[in-house]
Amino acid sequence: MSETVISAKDVTRTFMISAGAFKGKKPLHAVNGVSLEVERGEVLALVGESGCGKTTFAKMLLGLLPPTQGTIEFGGKPVADVERLTLAKMVQPIFQDPYSSLNPRKSIGSIITLPLKVQNDPNPATWRRRAEEMMELVGLPPRLFENFPNQLSGGQRQRVAIARALINRPEVVICDEPTSALDVSVQSQILNLLQDLRKELNLTYIVISHNLAVVEHIATRVAVMYLGRIVEQKDTESLFDNPEHPYTKALLESVLTPDPSLDVPDTHLGAAYPNPVDPPSGCTFNPRCARVMDHCSVIEPKKIPSGKGFVQCHLYDENEGRGRAAS
Amino acid sequence: MAERILEVENLTVDIPVGGGMLHAVQGISFHVDKGETLCIVGESGCGKSLTSLAVMDLLPKKAIRGANKLELGGEDILNAGERRMSDIRGNTMGMIFQEPMTSLNPAYTIGNQMEEALKRHRKVSTREARDRAIYLLEKVGITAAESRLSQYPHQLSGGLRQRVMIAMTLMCGPNLIIADEPTTALDVTIQAQILLLLAELQREFEMGLILITHDLGVVARIADRVAVMYAGQVVEQGTADQVFNRPTHPYTQGLLDCIPIPGKTERNKPLGSIPGIVPSLVGPFHACHFAERCQYAFDDCVKGDIDMRPAVEDGHEYRCLLDPETCRANAQKRGVA
Repeated sequence: MSETVISAKDVTRTFMISAGAFKGKKPLHAVNGVSLEVERGEVLALVGESGCGKTTFAKMLLGLLPPTQGTIEFGGKPVADVERLTLAKMVQPIFQDPYSSLNPRKSIGSIITLPLKVQNDPNPATWRRRAEEMMELVGLPPRLFENFPNQLSGGQRQRVAIARALINRPEVVICDEPTSALDVSVQSQILNLLQDLRKELNLTYIVISHNLAVVEHIATRVAVMYLGRIVEQKDTESLFDNPEHPYTKALLESVLTPDPSLDVPDTHLGAAYPNPVDPPSGCTFNPRCARVMDHCSVIEPKKIPSGKGFVQCHLYDENEGRGRAAS
Repeated sequence: MAERILEVENLTVDIPVGGGMLHAVQGISFHVDKGETLCIVGESGCGKSLTSLAVMDLLPKKAIRGANKLELGGEDILNAGERRMSDIRGNTMGMIFQEPMTSLNPAYTIGNQMEEALKRHRKVSTREARDRAIYLLEKVGITAAESRLSQYPHQLSGGLRQRVMIAMTLMCGPNLIIADEPTTALDVTIQAQILLLLAELQREFEMGLILITHDLGVVARIADRVAVMYAGQVVEQGTADQVFNRPTHPYTQGLLDCIPIPGKTERNKPLGSIPGIVPSLVGPFHACHFAERCQYAFDDCVKGDIDMRPAVEDGHEYRCLLDPETCRANAQKRGVA
């Protein structure tokens, strides 16, 4: 039995959004009752369109935002009770854009050693050596130690960001769109590096991405989010080989594989992503769903166990879905 | 033979920089026929956007454009004055840019901006312009088109804004549309919808389309012909089928090897990669631009300029010293052919 590193129970994060000058504020449930467990050594991918709450969820895992409701536990301890420095030692982020996530006025060396300084590492004499070792590990020539971010290419900058995240040997790394700002040839280098590091340092990744081809390649488990909820969660193989939720299907159809014999797919998704302040009733996906049924807009779907995960859709609910659809 | 809309021969763009002259685009030739989609694909900094700006004569002021031939529908636009060019832009030649929020004016309503696009080039009444705007908004799949006219860009979502941009580009019924990364800022689901829309509209109005992108998936699905650019040069050109199924240039092969392809690439196995970085284009450069990063490079590669040469099939060209048979064998070895 593998060990659970992170467990989120019923996590909700609500933002109060101003609806107008003289109107009251309205709640926006950016993350709405998300429960999931991440096991050591796993690569969990969160996918979904922009605004579905994946980044908000990642921020809560990093301890940057407290959840409005629910609890997040790290190795059995609630995140709220963990000291910030201790948490930072366990979880580290890698962000999308290496052009804005590195301080342009600090040298590469001081960027990578900053986490050691913040953690009051007892051996300042070893910092440089450890940073250089880490640079080598992520494929950066140690001679760049005194250089500045603007002298580096995009791929090298992302390597600096990875080195900074790993210098304190965290258990979990949260990668928020780690390759979407990079060119294709560099993207593959970074993906290969992340894979190698995971094996070498026994890391656990939570990868946030909208690029499903990348997700299929590196993830071991995938959670599909829609409007703050996880609508389908499964291990990578069964999700990609046998997607169940109509939204997952539409997402997979919109992946453009480089095959010139195929045309642009028609996903049959309506144009509009619903307003999250005023989400549709019942199943929140029902206005865009190709297989919508009468009761979808009335009854909220339950989680139906499927394989090693679940799908939240009336189509797979024996009692609610098929029964009523047939009648 | 299909009607030729755009013909570009030996286009160059040079930009003076501190250390000398940056040869951003170095002798590019291509053409677009009526109803045809040409995709220009390449990584950042390869000169694909500058190529499109050069065609539209919208280059930054200090950039120097040169060409042997630049013809739009038979008219020479290489030496056309600014006044003539602004008559052409938005009229016979439309443009769609990457980020619709920055290309729409936030201070004017959608209707206002769309009507202006038509009134600038045609003698029409506001009423007629408005009717055409509504017609086109419906055409691009926007519901309640009439009420959208009084809305401002910030009231629309990214996908809707890009639809508005497309509708606006169609106002004058252009022969050629140049779309620079039209879907990069959008979600995958919206991207598929916008591409589908572009392909449908292009078929209906029989326009030529130049699509500039870095996304090989987009290219494969929408292109008739593909030009792969690397460091200011076209390194391979051919039909989508030729370029994707029989990639000849080592760079094209490398690119296809880099991307995970669902159902083809093994999960969790390392991806192929292209080592090294793009060479600096400042100063004279007489060698294969890709030689430094190429696993097949040999001495002759850096001894002089490399010319485009025909591959096995008609209309398929590439810029490499290796003969087509060797390239084909390499592609098969790498599993990309």
